[in-house]
Amino acid sequence: MPKKELETANRPDNTAFTQQRLPAWQPILSAGIVIPGFVLIGLAFIGIGVALFLTSRNITVLEMDYTGVETTSDCYKCSAGTLPNCVCNLYFTLNETFPGTVYFYYGLSNYFQSYRKFGASRDDNQLSGDTYYFTSPLAVCTPYQYDVNNNPIVPCGISANSMFNDTFNLYQLVNGSKTVPLDGRGIAWWSDYNIKFRNPTSDPLRNAFNGTVKPPFWSKPVFELDLTDKSNNGFLNQDFLVWMRRAALPNFRKLYRRITGPDYASGLPPGNYTIEIAYNYPVMSFNGRKKVVLSNVSWMGGKNDFLGVAYLVVGSLCIVMSMVMLIVYAKFKFPDDV
Amino acid sequence: MSDHPSHDMLFNETIPDIFICQTRWDLRILVSNLPYEGLPKTKQPNRYFPGNAVKTTKYSLWFFIPMNLYEQFHRFANLYFVGLAVLNFVPAVEAFQPEVAIVPICVMLALTALKDGWEDCRRFRSDRRINHTSCRVYSRKVSGFVERHWKDVRVGDLVEVASNEIIPADLLLLHTSDLNGVCHIETASLDGETNLKRRLVVPGLNTQDSSFEPQNFHCTVAVEKPNDNLNQFKGYIETSDMKRLGFGIDSLLPRGCTVRNTDLATGFVVYTGHETKSMMNKNGPQYKRSKLECKMNIDVLFCVILLFSMCLIGALGKMSLNVPLFLTPGSHGHMDSNPLSGLYMFFTMIILLQIFIPISLYVSIEMVKMGQIFFITNDVDLYEEKTDSRVQCRALNIPEDLGNIHYVFSDKTGTLTENKMVFRRCSVTGTEYSHNENGKSGKCKFPDRKLLQRVLAGGGDWDGCGGIRRCEATDLYLDFFLALTVCNTVVVSTATTARAQRQRVWHQSTSEIDISAQRCYVAESPDEAALVHAAKVYGFMLIARTPNSVKVRLPHGVELNYQVLDTLNFDPHRKRMSVVLRHPISGEIVMYTKGADYTVMELLDFERSAYKLNTASTQRHLNWYAKEGLHTLCFAKKVLSESAYKNWSLLRQEALAAIDNREELLMETAVNLEKQLTLLGATGIEDRLQECVPDTVMALREAGVRLWVLTGDKAETAINIAHASRLLDQEDLVIHMNTDDKAVCKSILDRSLEEGRRHTRPGYPGLSIGLVIDGHTLDMALQSDLVDRFLELARLCRSVLCCRVTPLQKSTVVKVVRERLKVMTLAVGDGANDVNMIQAADVGIGISGQEGMQAVMASDFSISCFKHMKKLLLVHGHWCNSRLSNMAIYFFYKNVTYVNLLFWYQFFCGFSGTSMIDIWLLIFFNLFFTSTPPIMFGVMDRDVSAETLLGLPELYRTGHESEGYSHFTFWIAMLDAFYQSLVCFFIPYLTYQGTDIDIYTFGSSMNTVSLFNILLHLAIEIKSWTLVHWVTMLGSVALYFTVTLVYSATCISCNPPSDPYWTTQQQMSEPIFYLVCVITTVVALLPRYAHNALIYIKGAHIFHWPTFLQPAPPNQPSPHTVSLSLFHSLSLCLPQVHIPCAEQHAGPHPPHTGEASGAAGPCHPGTVDQGVEGVQRRATGRAELPETDPGAGAFQNHTYTLHHQQSPRNPNSECSPAPPQC
Repeated sequence: MPKKELETANRPDNTAFTQQRLPAWQPILSAGIVIPGFVLIGLAFIGIGVALFLTSRNITVLEMDYTGVETTSDCYKCSAGTLPNCVCNLYFTLNETFPGTVYFYYGLSNYFQSYRKFGASRDDNQLSGDTYYFTSPLAVCTPYQYDVNNNPIVPCGISANSMFNDTFNLYQLVNGSKTVPLDGRGIAWWSDYNIKFRNPTSDPLRNAFNGTVKPPFWSKPVFELDLTDKSNNGFLNQDFLVWMRRAALPNFRKLYRRITGPDYASGLPPGNYTIEIAYNYPVMSFNGRKKVVLSNVSWMGGKNDFLGVAYLVVGSLCIVMSMVMLIVYAKFKFPDDV
Repeated sequence: MSDHPSHDMLFNETIPDIFICQTRWDLRILVSNLPYEGLPKTKQPNRYFPGNAVKTTKYSLWFFIPMNLYEQFHRFANLYFVGLAVLNFVPAVEAFQPEVAIVPICVMLALTALKDGWEDCRRFRSDRRINHTSCRVYSRKVSGFVERHWKDVRVGDLVEVASNEIIPADLLLLHTSDLNGVCHIETASLDGETNLKRRLVVPGLNTQDSSFEPQNFHCTVAVEKPNDNLNQFKGYIETSDMKRLGFGIDSLLPRGCTVRNTDLATGFVVYTGHETKSMMNKNGPQYKRSKLECKMNIDVLFCVILLFSMCLIGALGKMSLNVPLFLTPGSHGHMDSNPLSGLYMFFTMIILLQIFIPISLYVSIEMVKMGQIFFITNDVDLYEEKTDSRVQCRALNIPEDLGNIHYVFSDKTGTLTENKMVFRRCSVTGTEYSHNENGKSGKCKFPDRKLLQRVLAGGGDWDGCGGIRRCEATDLYLDFFLALTVCNTVVVSTATTARAQRQRVWHQSTSEIDISAQRCYVAESPDEAALVHAAKVYGFMLIARTPNSVKVRLPHGVELNYQVLDTLNFDPHRKRMSVVLRHPISGEIVMYTKGADYTVMELLDFERSAYKLNTASTQRHLNWYAKEGLHTLCFAKKVLSESAYKNWSLLRQEALAAIDNREELLMETAVNLEKQLTLLGATGIEDRLQECVPDTVMALREAGVRLWVLTGDKAETAINIAHASRLLDQEDLVIHMNTDDKAVCKSILDRSLEEGRRHTRPGYPGLSIGLVIDGHTLDMALQSDLVDRFLELARLCRSVLCCRVTPLQKSTVVKVVRERLKVMTLAVGDGANDVNMIQAADVGIGISGQEGMQAVMASDFSISCFKHMKKLLLVHGHWCNSRLSNMAIYFFYKNVTYVNLLFWYQFFCGFSGTSMIDIWLLIFFNLFFTSTPPIMFGVMDRDVSAETLLGLPELYRTGHESEGYSHFTFWIAMLDAFYQSLVCFFIPYLTYQGTDIDIYTFGSSMNTVSLFNILLHLAIEIKSWTLVHWVTMLGSVALYFTVTLVYSATCISCNPPSDPYWTTQQQMSEPIFYLVCVITTVVALLPRYAHNALIYIKGAHIFHWPTFLQPAPPNQPSPHTVSLSLFHSLSLCLPQVHIPCAEQHAGPHPPHTGEASGAAGPCHPGTVDQGVEGVQRRATGRAELPETDPGAGAFQNHTYTLHHQQSPRNPNSECSPAPPQC
């Protein structure tokens, strides 16, 4: 019945939205959709799981603890931390070729880089090359902001100070010992190396650090970290960059080197090897462990069986679920048959 | 002043005199401002009174921020946030950078401030508009009225108001353009009553001579102090010759009302601005706390406990863990002792896990409720075309309570019935005339042929000169219709066209325009209008009414102008009114009285035996009318001798002039006159049931709602209406309680209880029980020693009728039921007598009907007719309840799931309070990425379609079974949240353990996993996906990735120590990340999804967790058939369900099955009138009443189960909603 506008001024808009009649799709959980759905998901997961598992199986990992807890270990002598410049050796034998590009990691256990204070204690301004902060580091760096003589510490803070300083050399024991070349280039994140961390612009680099002192744990100042490669110094030192990217979990490994060289580019041949370790880093006091990890990688990263197994388990679970549902469905669909 | 020295003198003399009299009331003494015009403010006599400007704003511009902050900090939630922010500034316990930690609180405060500011701004604008409205105030300078703004009106001014203008302040009426000193006003804005009210110039103030000169108004006005009572006002005027003239509410023109039918009125301003009656009656929407929120608060407390225990675990962990030495190997810098660092850790953890307590839930719930109310008010089904009104929500925070109502308390007149009166039957001199056609059409248009003949025949030779005593019989018929015509307060309005049109649309029965004469009857009660219209049909037409005369056209065209000597107005104690007239020709003084039958019958002159027979048969008719549910009125007359009238008139004058006890004196004089009456006849007016009332009642009953009707009417009328509206069925066991003796009352209660228990025993297919209780008896039953018994009985009853109850009793009943039975109550009513009840109930619903707006003003929701209750409760109530509870549960779940990730991480960062997720992303996650979907879910999700909800009212019970929100669902959600957070943490953990993954890459993968998990969890919960759902869900994901990618590409070292730079990009370049995302989401959601799917597949036999674990009591209607989890299937598979509109057009009477008196229990059939106890089966057959169609009877016994996919209901009904699209 047509009415004058005035008389129906209060009439609500009769739209699908205001009347809550928007066309709606209702997800239907009917057996015809859910059961095949579960089967499909299950099959897909099992497929992925198998692929992951096989990939993971094909990754070779060699982990060797060199903390020196056991008296039999060559590094036992160094673990007390009393000997200066202690060097120990780690021997290992490969019965078959260690295939692919081999990555050389060092690993630490029970080491909390994720500790809040550890992470907070650094000055990103320093690390981006801002020399103002060389003379007055941020207060978050305490207790490594200034040394006892009130000289600013660069790089300041707990993170930098506790940088891992064991060094490794790898030798193949064939006809005496043959150095396996280790390549330390490009082991840090591209973004860290090129954008986040910057050296102060001064030549030579050390001039920028006048009036500052090195972190107390360090044996060398930051501009002399790598004496062999001039560009690998300062805050752009690859090992430093790797260390400063804090590990998420207390048991972690960090990339130390890639094994390169004409003889080893496609893997380590079988034979006897030794790693010569300059044992500097103390971990015994907090029950930490140090290890060396040699590993090749695949598209899924390092060796990890978990994900493959998980996919397999969940996939099978989905299949089981679908069967349970089928039984339930049959039972209630045809109740007389049961 | 100097040119008017006389004024000066006058006031110098008068004022002290009046101050002496102040002892009697708390008085306000006022004089006119005119003599002081132009003087500085300090000389103004009325300077102490506030101005007429109103200010409803809360804040001022300059102090908005501090005042708003002060206001906001009254809320606990904000204090919690501020406390955390402050805590964060303590270096020892900080978890985030302090600046970042204040972001949430700032956002929260800013949003609220913005909302408050906007609301205040609107109030400010409306204030300004009102304050700048112009009106005319008398000015001495120009010797006339000048335009002023409302805000400039002051107490003591003289203001002139023209027809259709709004009154700017409370005015004491001094003069009108009407010769009789009458001014009509419409008080719709004040109390919503649209009828015209008559206001009189202060009696005795002789201003009605041709020229009223405001300049010459030198009286002193004394009025009471401002108060908020709309119906009370008193004071007096002391004239210059020291005469005191009392006045009452009849002389007050309240601010905000509109002058009608009066060309000009002049008034003296007595109250201004905030002291006016209308402003003192204004109060904002009430704050009610919904039941769901109360339950939720308990769960928030649980959250606090959980949070504290988690923080304690953190603190203990920190204490037990030795601080790694690599942190402080140096000599300088000291570490805190373990217990101290543990304590610090406790607080750090509180900061870190702060969103464990879902403070933002409150803000979200407010927003959701706003959305829900938007949809309720915009429902076109709840729009009433006749009055152009939609449902209004006055309480903004209890929409979900609508979905959880156990008891509905309803008024009868105007709520169940239309309160549009139809003249149905009358009995004149003992003869009954039924007006069947009126009954069919619903209008007072058709005369009864027999009666019309009788009237015309009797009056045929009566041409106005023969005198009244010509023929006794005719005389009585004539008198009867004259009484109908004149014995009322109906005003013949010569309204402006606009108003007339509006009235035609709004009030078709109370005021109908006589098109030919452009005449419109405005009556205060619909009964009066119905009677006047009925008389008009028989040729007795009311033509004009002034305070002193009433003009009537008689059937043969003669117009007589009766002089009205006095009107004895209706009052609730006498329950009658009388008009004393002088016949224009014979000069005889006649009094016509109209009133409730029992009061009038008592006053009859039984000395005159001729009437005895008539009286007896009239009484019989009256009883019959009452049983039919008609409103009965008796008419009587009395002829007064000149001398008797004179004597009485003197007393009356004295009473009128009295200042103290005026009311009592007036009543006494009225009672003195109203005796020894001669009965003329009786009328039965039908108050028809509103549209679709039986259908609505049935639906509510099926929905498990107990209906109580509380009415001031007689039991017979109430029972009849109850049957008509399906509150009682024919086969119901009806218990009548009507006694004056408490002991009897107790024994009835005991016996009825026994009887009732027998019928409601589990497994026994007993009868439904109805209880009819009288006001007196109710009083006794509610006394402390009987109340438990009464309530137990009432609990066994499906419907309860309380008759002859006072407004106070109505609210007492509601309160008792609400508090003793711990149930959700809803009261619905339309009149001022329902206000108490509406306020006492958990949810108050006002019906904006014929009786003004007082009920609406007191209510939480206002609707325009009873049938809207059905959709309001069954659909909107259910939706709001389920939406809000699901949303709240989800909110708890969401926060716990997310924040637990941080908790688990504490085990891997040495309990140091590290967050592996960048703090900005952490805040954004809750603030932006996952905030809109739940709100949209809470506003828009539809678990069941409206058609299904209306078709299967049983679904409403799910609200009762607390399937929506309960502590159980809360704990299930919490368990699920813990499980999901474990999955979301440990699957990435196990994947990445032992690798070189860094903190923020690890966190970023977890963040993404959580986002998918949390959103997909919601996706499982969403029952129907509309475009809005898709947009919000996909939008949230898109927003997350955009913000995260942009943020981690730009934040190089913007937020140390966190280091999100390039992490997301790095992460997204690795295939393993996607594999982790997929498996984590699947594992986290698998249990819930599989559970839902299993339930679905099992169909009707396994249910949601609550009902699954708590079997329903055996005698309860099984909730299994209506579990929420089945709603998908219902809404999809059910055929269209239609609801029949029960047969109110065929007449309000249900089918009758004949007498079937009580086979059960100690029973006294038919003892209603004797007031004796009894338990009886209700059956009062009346063969002559129309039978209803059998289909309606069949459907009432039908119970629905899921397997009944066919509805037996009549599909061609006009009460059903639009056919659903299946």
